[in-house]
Amino acid sequence: MNSLMETLERVTRVAGIRGAMLVSESDGLVVAEALAEGLEGAAVAALAASLTLRLRRTAQTAGLAVPAVVQLKAETGTLITVPAGDDLLLVAVAERDANLGLARIELKDAATRLAS
Amino acid sequence: MTDPIRDLTARLAADPQSLVFLELGEALRVRGQLGAAYKVARMGTNRYPELAEAHDLLARILADQGDRHAAAEAWKRVLDLSPQHVGALKGLAFLAFRAGDPASALPYLEAALASAPDDEGLATAVTRIRASMEVAARKPEPEPVRQLPGVETFEPFESARGVVLLDAQGLRLAGELAAPDGTEVGDAVAAHLQGVSREAGRAARLLGLGAWQSVSAESPDGHLVVQPPTSATVLLLVRDPRVPVGRLALMADQASRAARAWLERLA
Repeated sequence: MNSLMETLERVTRVAGIRGAMLVSESDGLVVAEALAEGLEGAAVAALAASLTLRLRRTAQTAGLAVPAVVQLKAETGTLITVPAGDDLLLVAVAERDANLGLARIELKDAATRLAS
Repeated sequence: MTDPIRDLTARLAADPQSLVFLELGEALRVRGQLGAAYKVARMGTNRYPELAEAHDLLARILADQGDRHAAAEAWKRVLDLSPQHVGALKGLAFLAFRAGDPASALPYLEAALASAPDDEGLATAVTRIRASMEVAARKPEPEPVRQLPGVETFEPFESARGVVLLDAQGLRLAGELAAPDGTEVGDAVAAHLQGVSREAGRAARLLGLGAWQSVSAESPDGHLVVQPPTSATVLLLVRDPRVPVGRLALMADQASRAARAWLERLA
C-alpha cells in the first residue's frame, strides 16, 4: 500500500469515520479515496471542494485568512475538509457519534504529512 | 475555459524577467494556494528587491498564512520603498486592528486616506475607528459578565454586530459585519453566501447525512458559522478565534433563535 493510501486509511481508523479522500480543490476531482460502501466519491469530492471554496471566499471577504478547517454538520454526521498542500483538500465523512475532536487532530496531522 | 494560473505560469516561464509574477502570485493567493504563491512572491522580491509591489504581494500572502510578524516586516519594507503606498498602509492597519489595537491602526488608515482621498471604504473605516475610540474613552469599564462570549442576546437583532441574516437571494436582512479594518462587509459576505443552503443541503443529502444544520470555517484570525434559521434565510456569525468552535455553535443557535423571533415580529 502506498503512503498516500496509508495516510487515508489511518484517518478512517478513527472510530466513526466512514471514509476519507484526497481531492483536487480547483476542479473537485478525486485524487485518492478510502470510502465506506455507499459513498459516491466523485460527487462528494465535487461538493466538498465547492463548499470549501465558498467558505474560503466568504472568510476572505470578511477580512479573515484562509480557513484551516471547514465543517458541514448535518443530522446524522459531519463532513470535514482540511487543506493538504497546493490545490489539495483532505476530506473526511464522520458519523453523528464520531469523536470529532480526535478526527480533526488526525486530519490535520495527515494533511501536514501530505503537504510536506 | 482556460485556467488563468496556467496561462500566467506559461507567460512567466517564457519571460522570467517579466513582472507577470505579480499577477501569478496574486491569482494563487486568491485561490488559496499559499505555498505556491509564497514561492512566486519570494522569487519576485529576490529578482526585484527594490520593487514595492513585489513586497506588497509577499506581505498579503504572509498575512493570509497567519504570519503577522513577517507580513508587517514586508509591508514596512514597502513603505521604505514607497512611503505613501496605500496597500501597505492598509495592510499594517489591518494587522494592528486584528491584534486588537485600533489606536495603532488609525494613523496608518489616516495616511492611506491622505494618499487616496476618494476611497470611500477608507473614509468609512477612519470614521468608524475614531468613533469607536471616542465611545471607548467615554464608556465605563464593562461588567465582567458582559465580556464572556456566549451570553449575548443578539438584541436588537437588526443591528447585532458580527452577525448577518440574509435571504435566499443573498440580500442582507439584518445584522452588521465589519472587516478588521472597519469596512462594512455584510452585504458582500451575504452575496457570497447566496445559494449556500442549497449547496450544503445537497452535499448532506448525497452523503446520507440528513438535513444540514451548520457549516463552519476556522481561520487563524477568526471563526465563522453559517446556519439556516428558517428554510428561506441563512445566518452568519463571526467571532474572534479565541471563541472555541463548540461554543461558537451554541452562540449561533442563540443568534438563530433571535433571528426567528425577529422575523416573526416582522411578519
